[in-house]
Amino acid sequence: MAEPATSNAGEPPVIELRNVSKSFGEVRALSGVDFKVNRREIVGLLGDNGSGKSTLVKVVMGFHTPDPGGEIYFHGKRVYDWSVARARDLGIETVYQERALCEKQPIWRNMFMGRELRTRLGLLDVERMRAEAARLMREHMGFTSAAVHPSNVVATMSGGEKQGVAITRALYFEAELVILDEPTMGLSLSETKKTLDFVRNIKQVGKPAIFIDHNIFNVYPVVDRLYVLDRGKVAGVYNRSDISMDALIERLYHVARTGTLEKFDG
Amino acid sequence: MAEAGVPAKPVDNRGAPPSLLLRYGSQLGIIGVGLAMWLGFVLAAPRVFTDIDIYRAFAETTPQFGIVALSLTFVVITGEIDLSFPSVMALGTAAFCLATAYGGAPWWFGLVCALAAGAACGLVNGILVAALNIPSLVITIGTQFLFRGLELVLMGGTGVPLTADQYPQMHALLRESYLGVPVQTLWMVAILIVEWFLLNRTQFGAHVFLVGDNAISARLMGVNVARVKIKAFVLVGVTAVFCGLLSSIYGYYFWPSTGEGSLLNTIASVFLGGTSVFGGSGSVVGTFVASFIIGAINAGIVSAGINAFYTQLAFGLVIVLSVVLQTLIDRRIRRQSLTGR
Repeated sequence: MAEPATSNAGEPPVIELRNVSKSFGEVRALSGVDFKVNRREIVGLLGDNGSGKSTLVKVVMGFHTPDPGGEIYFHGKRVYDWSVARARDLGIETVYQERALCEKQPIWRNMFMGRELRTRLGLLDVERMRAEAARLMREHMGFTSAAVHPSNVVATMSGGEKQGVAITRALYFEAELVILDEPTMGLSLSETKKTLDFVRNIKQVGKPAIFIDHNIFNVYPVVDRLYVLDRGKVAGVYNRSDISMDALIERLYHVARTGTLEKFDG
Repeated sequence: MAEAGVPAKPVDNRGAPPSLLLRYGSQLGIIGVGLAMWLGFVLAAPRVFTDIDIYRAFAETTPQFGIVALSLTFVVITGEIDLSFPSVMALGTAAFCLATAYGGAPWWFGLVCALAAGAACGLVNGILVAALNIPSLVITIGTQFLFRGLELVLMGGTGVPLTADQYPQMHALLRESYLGVPVQTLWMVAILIVEWFLLNRTQFGAHVFLVGDNAISARLMGVNVARVKIKAFVLVGVTAVFCGLLSSIYGYYFWPSTGEGSLLNTIASVFLGGTSVFGGSGSVVGTFVASFIIGAINAGIVSAGINAFYTQLAFGLVIVLSVVLQTLIDRRIRRQSLTGR
């Protein structure tokens, strides 16, 4: 399988997985996956339900440890003690499919979840977190200050607003790499459009991102490079400039039926 | 706590911060219940309840279970429960007696041993629950017998006198009054302040709420769920021992059965205090107020001339009613989130 050339050769990829497998008991969710994200690059992950998209992302995020033999590189350096805390320290922020919110907690607690702002004494800086949450909601989520107060609990928000909290949270911490795991799931049309605008916004700022969605119509227009996953394996890698949407759809149908793309790329 | 508040008309007033009533509604409710009950007792037994002595008695005895209730609040907010603390009260105090009365060590060394024993018990509970993922309701019944059994074996089932002559410092620390206030209540207020900061102004406290609300989300965001739970259990272990010492010094004697009978009123204090049985919300201030209400129920019922059998009935009612109320509130929050509101 030919690896498409990327524009910024020379610089090591932001993140690279080599030969990563992940088994859950008897189930092999990923097997021998090579995957990388270069600087200033939006990478799309396509694949059916159960193809391993979410597992791959959770390995990148440090939630799952790869099986022995798999290697993870961050900016070209091998990382051994990969964990969620480590990944977040290095600037990898994720917008999860499940949104990863605590619904009984106020918005500000959710925004700063796991990375609470603290004063010099080590105590929580509740006032600053509230103020920052209000500012972020105003500037990034398009809420007027009268619309939603940061002390209200997340359970009172709509699905799109909750997604806004999750996305804004990812953006706030000056992410080195943003991962969006099915961010449009369960959203209305206008909310989906807003989310896609956000993905384009990441690109304009020059930050790399991984964008997972099972809807090719959402993914294709915003990405630079695409991985097609099938049954835990990378079935194909494409530069968007090299493949039309129709050709890609044809390949997706084929891989879903046969589990291979050899007819096209072999 | 704000966490318990549910905006009644979310669409219209979400721009405003949750109102005082919503934020502190459950606390105000508890204080209201407390006042109403107190009024009832005053009417039923005016002679007893207009005398300062009954309040001194509350201030001396309530902290003996109220302090551990404050810590238990942390464990309940993480979505767990600890039923073993009555045995930890005894085991820790036994460690104190073994070190001082049998081992001849100074009082402060005994105190360190006792608190260390409590921390160890909490660590055992925490590791079993959080690292091995065993339901705390089940495993802490097991450790309750384990710790009690260990204490009985170590002490040979015998007690130890703890008189003021032998332990003057311990009595000064745990039994005297200062400026007319029993030291037990001073301790409880001090521990309330420390634990309020711990819960509301530290990262550990923030994680306690997140873990109890949605452990998976917390993990996805890099919170070490197991470590948070273990710390909460250790907190209960240490303060349980403190309560064991308080009650033993108060009675001038260490009974091997120390702690028995404190399970119900402690748990009742936590739930009456507005801490959710489902985890994710709760308040140590609520537990503090509720402890004194629970403490008053016992004394009040007896003083009011009602048969003491009714105290069990009252505790049972308190636990059942407060948990039912929380369930109704919780269901309302969940329905709101299902409909996106």
